[in-house]
This record gives sequence, structure tokens and C-alpha cells, in this order.
Amino acid sequence: MIRLEHITKTFTTKKGKVEALRDVSLEVRQGEIFGIIGYSGAGKSTLIRCVNLLEKPTSGKVIIHDQDCTSYTEKQLSAVRKKIGMIFQSFHLLKTATLYDNIAIPLRLTGYSKEEIRRRIEKYVRIVGLEDKLDAYPRQLSGGQQQRVAIARALVHEPELLLCDEATSSLDPETTDSILELLMEINRELGITILLITHEMHVIQKICDRVAVMESGQIVEQGQVVDLFTRPQHPTTKKFVRSLYRDDLQEEFLTSLRRTGDVFRLTFVGDCANEPLLAELSVQLNVRPNILAGQIVQLKNASFGILVIHLPGDQVQLNEAREFLASRGVMVERMGIA
Amino acid sequence: MSFFETRMPYIWKALVETLQMLGTSLLFSILIGLPLGILLILTNKGGPLSNRFIYETLNVIINIIRSIPFIILLFFILPFTKLIVGTTIGVKGVIVPLVVYASPYVARIMETALLEVDRGVVEAYRAMGISMRQIIWNVMLREARPSIISGLTIATVSLLGATAMAGLVGAGGLGDLAYRFGHLRYEVDVMYVTVGILILLVQGIQTLGNRLVARFKK
Repeated sequence: MIRLEHITKTFTTKKGKVEALRDVSLEVRQGEIFGIIGYSGAGKSTLIRCVNLLEKPTSGKVIIHDQDCTSYTEKQLSAVRKKIGMIFQSFHLLKTATLYDNIAIPLRLTGYSKEEIRRRIEKYVRIVGLEDKLDAYPRQLSGGQQQRVAIARALVHEPELLLCDEATSSLDPETTDSILELLMEINRELGITILLITHEMHVIQKICDRVAVMESGQIVEQGQVVDLFTRPQHPTTKKFVRSLYRDDLQEEFLTSLRRTGDVFRLTFVGDCANEPLLAELSVQLNVRPNILAGQIVQLKNASFGILVIHLPGDQVQLNEAREFLASRGVMVERMGIA
Repeated sequence: MSFFETRMPYIWKALVETLQMLGTSLLFSILIGLPLGILLILTNKGGPLSNRFIYETLNVIINIIRSIPFIILLFFILPFTKLIVGTTIGVKGVIVPLVVYASPYVARIMETALLEVDRGVVEAYRAMGISMRQIIWNVMLREARPSIISGLTIATVSLLGATAMAGLVGAGGLGDLAYRFGHLRYEVDVMYVTVGILILLVQGIQTLGNRLVARFKK
């Protein structure tokens, strides 16, 4: 539904030109939750602002429903933006207005009737679970509740797409999870496509279908979440994936283990997780794997297992063992140093 | 005849003149200062109509006017006053310099108050497809209300101070009364009463301002 084609964005500052985005292309499909992850300064904020053209790209095209919106006038954009909701890290509510007014004012300015405004607010405030807080002011609400107000404010316009700009980054882990649950529910029940940016791999893990990894204004890797988690290619992607489960070993420990063999990280996806592969390994090849660490990672639509094992034996035996595991669909990596 | 019977009519007349000067000049200062303040915000660096030339020109003019003490401004712009209201004396004659004096002040108050409004809120409303014109009126001015009112309260009090000099062009008012009776005639009673009224006025303005700020702040 949204296509970004070869987007570049250059800011001119006193110190010279800064290339915030360098030839970024991506497509967000109807109904999915698409995540963009990157460290701060990677350009993801600029990128998400290009989608509703709050930032005009220096070059490239923003295509929404097969319409090239890049050179739309403010007036045309205003119509497009009404179909695209947006929520932010720091909520951006009116401090001087009640919850009701915070949601009602944009509707009034858009020209809805009083009855329609009331009807919509009642409907969406119930979805975000704040129906008993209509008269509260933002400062009387917690961060999570304020984000819920912001979500309701976006939903009352009944958008097709919701942009989330680090929407959970200022919330504690528990509140983050409850907001992520809410976003998933909105995606599932209301059929709203979601494009989010984040620096937390946890967010990608929990709710995204597809993901793009950004660094220095470029997308360095993108694809299905499960593929990126199990087969990360780019070093940045690897860093993000490893941030979720730290299984690195201390150098000393690793060196001592390597005197008698080698240490591997095995990743089990899909069917191969159901077979007793390590038992077979010791029976068929007569090597005795020693399990050092293990974990199951739960993604939105899939899960995979990780084992860190020590295999004793010489180079020939180790190669045989690796080939055996790989032939059964297990991904084998030699462990590096922490 | 008692003091009150002989002097009260003067004091009453002076109070009315002061309130006339204050009210009218405040009204016009807001009418001129408010759009100027908004223009400053819009044309400032990073504003939606960012225009260095307009911003800097306005900036310099405002600073020049604000550097001139009121008593000098009063005489400095006599020809301009004559051009606008056709006279340079009386309440009418002093309104113009008072407005010229206070408008840049109000413009700065507006600018500062509007600058305090969270830019993220403005961005959020832009993202909802709401026009800049609507955002200025319904988001920025709304959120800035407490700061605008507390700024205007200070402006009103200093405007009240400026009206004391209106006697120099025959506009009367409480300040003039206190000066004439208290200093020139040495009737200190009248001076005390006028000063008392001025104190009450300032207290009243400040209290009203504070209440409004509290109401809008929430």
C-alpha cells in the first residue's frame, strides 16, 4: 500500500551537508506490521516522516495506493494524512485539554458533527481502555495511558495506516508490552497496517511481520522477521539479534574449551526442532556434545531454538558433525569471542 | 467642605481617564502585538514561513522601539500621533504613543509564549492533516494561553506605569493627579489616595491574571 522508491534526504546545516537518507526503498503491504530498526542517528525518524511527507525527500518517490504523492500540495497532502495516523515517543498531547478534548479537537477541526465526534470517541476510547478517564488531563495520566490517548486520537480518524515513531521507547517494559498488545489488536481487529520505527529488538520480535535494519541512512538488510533473526547477514543486524539473547562466552572459557574440541551455536527452526538431533549425533558419529546454554525465542508468528554446545574431537570429527547437523536443517556457527 | 467632597470628583475623573487609557491602549496593543508575535514565530528559523529578512527586520524594529523610554517616545512620535488621531493632546493623543510603546512588548510576550509550545504537538496536528492556520489558532494559541496571560499581566502593569506620564500631554489620569496635587500643590492627602488606588489596581490586575492563568493551566 505504501512504496518508498529511492528516497534520499539531505539536510544542509552550518557544518555542511548531512545525508540523512541514502537511496532507501521499501514497501509496506496491506495488513502487515512492518518494523524499521536502527540505532539513533540511523535516519529512521526522517524516513517515517517521509511517509506522510512531513519531511519532503530530496529525491525519490513516495507512492501511496499507486498514487505518487511526492509533489502533492499542502492541501492534497492534508487529505492523504487524514488516512494515515501517527503516534510519537512523547505522545504530543495538548497539556491544557482533557482526554476528551484532546481527541475531539482534531475531529472538530476536520469538520465532523458533534454527534459523530461523540460516537467515534466513545467507540475508540473503549478500544484503548480509557472510557472512565474522559475528563482527565494528560498530566493526571501515566505514560502508558497518555500513549493510549494518542492512539485513540489517531484511530478516531479511522486511518488505513498507523505510523509509530518510537511509540514505546519512553515506557517501562511492562507498559511497553501492553501498548504492543494494543497495537497488535488494532492491526488484527481493525485491519490497520502499521509501520513502526524502534531501536528495541524486543518490539520487532514481539509484533512485526517484516523488518528492515537501518544504518547511516541506508537499509542494510530487510525481510521476514524469522529470517532476520535466524540468519542475520549484516553485522548491525547480528548485533541487534544478539542484543536479545546474550550467549557470548568469556574468552578464557572459550579458549579452554577449544583445547579439546570446538564451541558452536546451533539454531533450530521449524521441523528440525522436533527431532532428537544431538542424541543421534552421539550415536551415529560417536561425539558427545555438551550443552552450555539454550533458549527458545518466541517471535510473532514463529519460534526458534538456540543451543550453544561444546563438541569434543579433532578437526575431522568436528567437520563431520557440522555436516550432519547442517544436513538436518540446523544452522551451525562457530562461536566467537564476547 | 470635607476632603472627600472637594477632591473626590478629581480623583474619580482621574481614575476614569487612567482606565480609559489603559483599556484602549491594551486592546490595540494586543490587536497589533498578537499578529506580530505570530509573524515572528512563523518567519523565524525553522518556522513554517521561515524568512530571515522579515524576521530580522521585525526583530530590529521591535528592539529599537523597546529601547526608547516612554517619556521620550511620547514626544518623539508627535507627528505620527497627529497623523493617526488628528491631535497630540488629551486621552486621544496619548493612546497612540502608549500603543506604540506596548505593542512590541506584547509581540515579544506572544513570541516567547508561542515558542514554549511543544513543537511535537504541532507536528502531531500536521500529521493529522490539519492546516497551519488552524494549528496556530486552535493548538498553539490554546496551549500558550497561560503564558500569554501571565505575560500580558506584566505588560498591563507596566502600561499602567506609562500612563502616569500622560499628564505631560494633558491626558490626566491618576499619575498626573498625584504629581500635580502631591508635588506641585503639596496636598499629600490626594497623593496618598491616588497611590493607594494605583496599588489596588495593580493588585487587582495581578490577581485577575493569576486566576486566569490557573484556570487555563489545568
